[in-house]
Amino acid sequence: MAGTKKEYKDILAELGDQRSAFRKAVDLVRNHGLGATGAIIILSMMIMAALATYLAPYDPELNNFASMHEAPNASYWLGTDQFGRDLLSRLIYGARTALFVGFVAAFSGATIGLVLGVTSAYLGGTFDLVFQRFIDVLIAFPTIIIALTMVAIFGTELHHVIIAISIPFMPDAARIVRSNALQIRQIAFVDAARALGFSNRRIILRHMLPNVMAPYLVILTANIGQAILLEASLSYLGLGVQEPTPSWGLMLQGGAEEYAESAPWIAFFPGLAITLAVFGFNLFGDAIRDALDPKLRQQ
Amino acid sequence: MYKYTAKRILLMIPTLVGAAILVFGLLRLIPGDVCELRLAGSGTYVDPDAIRDCQLKLGMLDPIWKQFYDFMIGLFTFNFGDSMWTGQPITHEIKLRFALSLQVAIMATIVSVAIAIPMGTISAVKQNTWLDYVVRAFSIAGIAMPSFWLGILIILGLLIYTQAWFGQPWMPPIEYVDPFTDPIGNFSQLIWPAIATGYRYSAVATRMMRSALLEVLREDFIRTARAKGIKEKIITQRHAWKNALLPVVTVIGIEFAFLMGGLVVTEQVFNLNGLGKLFVESVTNHDYTMTQALVMLVATIFVITNFVVDLCYAWLDPRIRYS
Repeated sequence: MAGTKKEYKDILAELGDQRSAFRKAVDLVRNHGLGATGAIIILSMMIMAALATYLAPYDPELNNFASMHEAPNASYWLGTDQFGRDLLSRLIYGARTALFVGFVAAFSGATIGLVLGVTSAYLGGTFDLVFQRFIDVLIAFPTIIIALTMVAIFGTELHHVIIAISIPFMPDAARIVRSNALQIRQIAFVDAARALGFSNRRIILRHMLPNVMAPYLVILTANIGQAILLEASLSYLGLGVQEPTPSWGLMLQGGAEEYAESAPWIAFFPGLAITLAVFGFNLFGDAIRDALDPKLRQQ
Repeated sequence: MYKYTAKRILLMIPTLVGAAILVFGLLRLIPGDVCELRLAGSGTYVDPDAIRDCQLKLGMLDPIWKQFYDFMIGLFTFNFGDSMWTGQPITHEIKLRFALSLQVAIMATIVSVAIAIPMGTISAVKQNTWLDYVVRAFSIAGIAMPSFWLGILIILGLLIYTQAWFGQPWMPPIEYVDPFTDPIGNFSQLIWPAIATGYRYSAVATRMMRSALLEVLREDFIRTARAKGIKEKIITQRHAWKNALLPVVTVIGIEFAFLMGGLVVTEQVFNLNGLGKLFVESVTNHDYTMTQALVMLVATIFVITNFVVDLCYAWLDPRIRYS
């Protein structure tokens, strides 16, 4: 039987090799259109962020008062802002800020939620009861209110903004992971592990965690887009990333409204970038959810 | 039902008390305070005694337990004291802005329902056609688009189109007018923020409407109705809607509770003097008492809305009451 299995695998591999990379990409888009669109957007954003130094035609933080409010033209493709800074370069560098904040905040929020949710489900009892009440309290606040309060406490340095954004994602992740972990706790292998005398830590890390990875990944991908949006909102309110760091939300804050009438491009392109990025992550997140968690598909 | 209601009310209290403790504790961690900001905010040297006097006057040097005690007494008697920044009573400051925020929230909810129900219905009835894809893309775009950018675009669009059509640019009025004294002025000011916020909130409701309707349309009684030869339009509107609307109403209810938070950004764009703007101001000014009161207000609205939604559910589905 092992031989048959191997042959089958070989045939598959050969078949796979026969298709060109382009063909594979076309098939992928045809079968998972929306998810692939999302992946393409995310990939191009990552390339933009990684190669920002090579791609950006100008220094994103360089003021040039000789060319303020220039409309999009041959030398400034997307125009310049009120300080004469090139909008395209700021957009490209802004992808770095957005991706960095989005990934780190969503990852830390979801991971803290994961660990707390699994622990709470495994330990049960008083810990679980108190923890659930705590989650109830946190969920009663809109995300932006928590994030704003956190920024007020910690300050507006980049890593503080990331902490402020990750905290509101924690309770949702904990709640969803906990309900999944509760089901897994019912399965006999957890009791078997306890009967073997394994420590709580080992059971949680080695036996429970791997089984709640699916909902965790779904929450994680869904949160990245929301984290980018939250960063943009905070920066727009002036309580997020500070000048002169290029951030899409910040680009909308400064002159965007004041000069909206005379220089609409300042307001238009950064917003478009945010929308596209969040759109991409949402599409990709939906595809991940469909692939990993068929039960959730209908929502 | 009475027992269930009583149980739910009792469960609300620890949540709110927990929220109060959390907010109170967090705000005490903020470095710098309102006195330093007010007296030395511009960077000039200020006599430390002056700052001390100011802190003493605002009760900031009282022991923590005393401050917390005052805060809790204030919560239960609806007397939150004075704002540390303006010196005005907090209840007065909130009252000034509450009507505006509430009105925008209600209008945004209406906008989101007006988008979600027809869009979700089209999407479900024409499942997997290009119409369905267009509607879904429209609603995913709604979640992706920052409401402040949509707000800027709306203002920009208004300026450009009124300029092109009427020869002079028109902007929504900036002063808030009571809807009962000048309904047209009020409406022309608040409809734009309501659209900017409502579109975003319609996205989740549209998805919910679509999936709920899809589920109902597969039920046996729909097949029976079709077999009887009833027109498809009547099946959707009379038979399917009623059964699909319940989860949609829940989603909308919960979103309404969150709208107060969602308005933080929108009010900034449209320069509306509402609760959201007040919140941002109080956070930047380290105005503890005001921030505390506002956060508790938002949390209370959320908890009560949840309570009402749960009660509706329990009333409609007896199984929930006994579990």
